[in-house]
Amino acid sequence: MIRVVLPSHLRMHANINGEVVLEVDGEATQRSLLDALETQYPVLRGTIRDHVTKRRRPFLRFFACQRDLSHEPMDAPLPDEVKSGSQPFLIVGAIAGG
Amino acid sequence: MAGVRVLVGTRKGAFVLTADGTRKDWEVSGPFFPGWEIYHVKGSRADPNRIYASQSSSWFGQQIQRSDDGGKTWEPVDNKFVYDGVPGTHQWYDGTPHPWEFKRVWHIEPSATDPDTVFAGVEDAALFRSTDGGKSWAELSGLRGHGSGAAWMPGAGGMCLHTILLDPVNPQRMFIAISAAGAFRTDDGGATWLPINRGLRSEYIPDPHADVGHCVHRLAMHPSRPEVLFMQKHWDVMRSNDGGDSWHEVSGNLPTDFGFVIDVHAHEPDTIYVVPIKSDAEHFPIDGKLQVWRSRSGGQEWEPLTKGLPQSNCYVNVLRDAMAVDTLDSCGVYFGTTGGQVYASADAGDTWNAIVRDLPPVLSVEVQTLA
Repeated sequence: MIRVVLPSHLRMHANINGEVVLEVDGEATQRSLLDALETQYPVLRGTIRDHVTKRRRPFLRFFACQRDLSHEPMDAPLPDEVKSGSQPFLIVGAIAGG
Repeated sequence: MAGVRVLVGTRKGAFVLTADGTRKDWEVSGPFFPGWEIYHVKGSRADPNRIYASQSSSWFGQQIQRSDDGGKTWEPVDNKFVYDGVPGTHQWYDGTPHPWEFKRVWHIEPSATDPDTVFAGVEDAALFRSTDGGKSWAELSGLRGHGSGAAWMPGAGGMCLHTILLDPVNPQRMFIAISAAGAFRTDDGGATWLPINRGLRSEYIPDPHADVGHCVHRLAMHPSRPEVLFMQKHWDVMRSNDGGDSWHEVSGNLPTDFGFVIDVHAHEPDTIYVVPIKSDAEHFPIDGKLQVWRSRSGGQEWEPLTKGLPQSNCYVNVLRDAMAVDTLDSCGVYFGTTGGQVYASADAGDTWNAIVRDLPPVLSVEVQTLA
């Protein structure tokens, strides 16, 4: 079980209250987590990563366990605390603009 | 009783303003999609309950929202805009090649006859079409592949395709405008395109009379006379009597011919409206006086319309998609400002009232006339 916290704009867009709980098949990585998230909430496709390139959108960051995972390889395993559900995977909008 | 529904896009959400045919008492609903930029909201003439909205964010990208109940409820229908083939490059501000990158939808134009067919003008400039109510989009790539695309460059607001005019007589003909490439026309349903900028003169490009490169801010047409087009260019108000084959200036006695909006009276094809803005450096009215100027002669001779509009200390702008007209017997005219006001006139511009005063900066205004 993996817990994901989305920024408020995306929670509102997908009609999500609170955290998202995901079951990820196979190795839990950023890619498999986002695949599972988009399968559960198709309306989030294209909002976190590009439809075609699958690259993270520039103004979004991925945090977990007090670390910035934004530049980790997409197929690198997630931290054990995220895999176990003891820590959430945070998708955060950059602080910019008004 | 007939009524109107004004669809307002703002920097932080959409609003729907409704009134009966007297247009005196208004109900304001929204914000819809709070916190998102709503570049444009437009209803289908074929089915007024069908409304499309362009919702975007620099953080989360583009969404197309659709309502099938006149704007009461909405659902996201798609957000996948992928250029056809290898996108190639256009010019960047410094003249260097820059890859084509999708950023947002600036303008949505529903078909007049089919509620499921809708066009989208996007940044970086391209034209897309959906024939399934917005659930999927395909580029009409003949425009971007016209041959001049590599020479297009962005205006200050980005390289946006902001105007789409569908010819009500000839379904194969449509007009679009791009800032800062100019105006284009297709006569074969969007397969091939012709730049229609002859007669435009722009001092800010190396060849002021070039085929492309002009910063066209807005085009307007009266549906009864689609061969006559009006244009608010970066500077200059222009008119074409031949479907864009040639243009001549009709700025006449305007106090400044810089501006963004231009629109045509619903029942008088030669009555047109602009909002003069001081200059490209000072995007606000002259002397702090917000004025709509009206020509009843198709341009050249203009009169200021000021009753009900602030005539001191007003330094707002009126952006290119932020003016619309209704089709009631006494034509209503509407516009929104970057200060968050939406003004309405129920008497063709003679007098004005603010429907709302404190919305987020207004990006677009459209109106539906309801039976």
